Amino acid sequence: MAAASSLHVAAPAATPRVGSVAHKSASSAARSVRVARSGAVARSGGRLVACAAVATKADAPATDAASKSEGHEVLLFEALREGLMEEMEADPTVCVFGEDVGHYGGSYKVTKGLADKYGDLRVLDTPIAENSFTGMGVGAGMKGLRPVVEGMNMGFLLLAYNQISNNCGMLHYTSGGQFKIPLVIRGPGGVGRQLGAEHSQRLESYFQSIPGLQMVACSTPYNAKGLMKAAIRSENPVVLFEHVLLYNLKEKIPDEEYVCCLEEAEMVRPGEHVTILTYSRMRYHVMQAAKTLVNKGYDPEVIDIRSLKPFDLHTIGNSIKKTHRVLIVEECMRTGGIGASLRSAIIDNFWDYLDAPIMCLSSQDVPTPYAATLEDATVVQPAQIVAAVEQICQ
Amino acid sequence: MAAWLSSELARRAARRIAGELRRRGPGPWFPSSSTVPVLGPTAGYHRGFCSVRRFAGDTAAATATAEDSDNEFAAGELQQVVDFPGGKLSFVGEMNFVPESQRERIKCYRVLDDDGGIIYSSRFQEVSKELALKMYSSMVTLQIMDTIFYEAQRQGRISFYLTSNGEEAINIASAAALSADDIVLPQYREPGVLLWRGFTLQEFANQLFGNKMDYGKGRQMPIHYGSNRLNYFTVSSPIATQLPQAVGAAYSLKMDKKDACAITYFGDGGTSEGDFHAALNFAAVTEAPVIFFCRNNGWAISTPTTEQFRSDGIVTRGQAYGIRSIRVDGNDTLAVYSAVHAAREMAITEGRPILIEAMTYRVGHHSTSDDSTKYRLADEIEHWRTARDPVSRYRKWVQGNSWWCDAEETELRNSVRQEILQAIQVAERIPKHGLAELFTDVYDQVPSNLREQQRSLLDTINKHPSDYPTDVPV
Repeated sequence: MAAASSLHVAAPAATPRVGSVAHKSASSAARSVRVARSGAVARSGGRLVACAAVATKADAPATDAASKSEGHEVLLFEALREGLMEEMEADPTVCVFGEDVGHYGGSYKVTKGLADKYGDLRVLDTPIAENSFTGMGVGAGMKGLRPVVEGMNMGFLLLAYNQISNNCGMLHYTSGGQFKIPLVIRGPGGVGRQLGAEHSQRLESYFQSIPGLQMVACSTPYNAKGLMKAAIRSENPVVLFEHVLLYNLKEKIPDEEYVCCLEEAEMVRPGEHVTILTYSRMRYHVMQAAKTLVNKGYDPEVIDIRSLKPFDLHTIGNSIKKTHRVLIVEECMRTGGIGASLRSAIIDNFWDYLDAPIMCLSSQDVPTPYAATLEDATVVQPAQIVAAVEQICQ
Repeated sequence: MAAWLSSELARRAARRIAGELRRRGPGPWFPSSSTVPVLGPTAGYHRGFCSVRRFAGDTAAATATAEDSDNEFAAGELQQVVDFPGGKLSFVGEMNFVPESQRERIKCYRVLDDDGGIIYSSRFQEVSKELALKMYSSMVTLQIMDTIFYEAQRQGRISFYLTSNGEEAINIASAAALSADDIVLPQYREPGVLLWRGFTLQEFANQLFGNKMDYGKGRQMPIHYGSNRLNYFTVSSPIATQLPQAVGAAYSLKMDKKDACAITYFGDGGTSEGDFHAALNFAAVTEAPVIFFCRNNGWAISTPTTEQFRSDGIVTRGQAYGIRSIRVDGNDTLAVYSAVHAAREMAITEGRPILIEAMTYRVGHHSTSDDSTKYRLADEIEHWRTARDPVSRYRKWVQGNSWWCDAEETELRNSVRQEILQAIQVAERIPKHGLAELFTDVYDQVPSNLREQQRSLLDTINKHPSDYPTDVPV
């Protein structure tokens, strides 16, 4: 799959696509943009090296970067900002709503500098009322703006659940397609470092049922920027999950413009013995476990599923057909998490290709405790991943 | 000694309070100290907003001074200034609790009296004969439409309906004062606004029957109308969610510098929702050109306003958010028209939100799922339905101007009735959408997982055709 040179790239028929990355509002001209293809990673020419659990730099770019130029190093939160800024520059209807996003620059600095550049009207500091500024985003979206709503912490967006489920997800459908809501809802979530239970929520669990929403989770500076841009351009409401512990990841990303595909999974490490499906921070725990596994003689294939709704069953399926063994590693809680749904989807679609029961490693079904030792025990650690692979591959 | 002191204080306090009562009339009472009992009722007596009640310390001397002083603003006030985040404040040495309510309720703006005559002192926005008649005939149309569609539900032809009986003036007059570019975010009792803008009776009927011609493609319950073309956002059932959305829509207009505002409607019950609070707060802070129109019709299903809030209705809350507000007689067509006209002007030229509380009465049941005689008196309903009917009241004014007559009335009512009955018949016969439309518009394009579900469904239907209705296209 060669990297496409035009924005209007024809998608391979089998790859599921909800929205078209090629769709653009009339106001902007077609630009030459490469759409990153996860499949191209294997042919990038460089051997992929596993990344550390919480990497401060990547040894090699995780995706195809046949760049013509040097590229530049960014931290993940800067990559998000770059993506946001590029879209705001190109499309005057893109705006940002959230608490402390304006002059404070956002609690994780993703929106730093934007208010100075684009003004208070386009980067709006809101009072503390998540349901309301999300509702405001819905109304503005229905009227033609493309708001990016920031939850200071994803957990706070539980207060916005009414607007997200009953309105954001529904109004395109219930209005018979008359009103669209091209909203992006983003923010940091996941289990951090001793932030306490209320600041350690995994909202992808709660949102995954809502019809009408798309969900993606970024994990590297490269895919963070690409997914941010794709989410903003999508005509559907997209929830972009960032992780509190990944904001300072450093990676070299291309200088030229690129967009990632919202519905695509990312091949992190090709392998033969077992398919490990993961996303967000757990990707790094998996890659750390992979180092150990390689030393023990295993060859895991690691896929960062990235698209949480819908699942990229094409990429996942191809992997399962090769390895016949699946391990899901997620940060959601055991009950009702992404892993539970993914397992179900795999059983429905690829039952015949499985040589072993699907294993799923999830967080404990407990509110995340504060104490560091307890907190570590609630999420999946690399040692558990190693043990699980050993068990699956018996 | 202590016991004597406290009973002496009680006697002095009682004398003081009695003296106050004689001199100044009733007012809210405050405990002068923990040893002196709080005396007198607080309900029903109101002082002005800035009333000052002396806090008497628990020394006899202080009590005596309090008793003797005439002047409300006594020497205790130093008129000095202190600054805090938010600005400078004067401070006083005495505790003054702002009363829970004002002495008088906020007055209601009214133009027409009950007999359809202009109240002599009222000032209002003039309307042309053409506009006046268009408003009147729309109110009649709305009234008849409600009656017939309600009956249709009772006959089992549609599954659900709710009427705007008693709120015709609110519906039509507010719509008439807006421009076509103003964005309307309704609750659900404002079909008249859509009617005014040109939604036809056939289009209403199509939505009620959820047929192929329904713009919502049969996805929503009856009365959940929506029209992008007419700038009327699709109704969504949860209460008050449209309020912050209106702020967003208004914000979008402000960014585009459009000569238009957003208007959003909600009932007295909706003001208890958190979204009401936050939307008003947001609108004020973001200086969004939005009109918050509250239809205070006295009932939220079975909850009367006395159980909904303890404030003087909704209009008093505006100031709490820094929003200019007005209370109007919602059954007075000209008053509603004038108020919305003025509000729109201010919202757009000054870039500010406006709150309008329209007092009215919900004559009909909450919906076809409700029987309001269970919680309110039939006499009360009848009184509002007849003596306080906004349509006949406005008709008296229109006829008083010799712009309308009985013959035209009969003709209008007959023709509207015929048109609606015809629309129902037509709508009933138009087929519903096939199952293909079950999966579209969830996203902009149908994704693979939904295509899969669709295939699976069709597969099941093909395998077991006898289990599925034959008249539903796939």
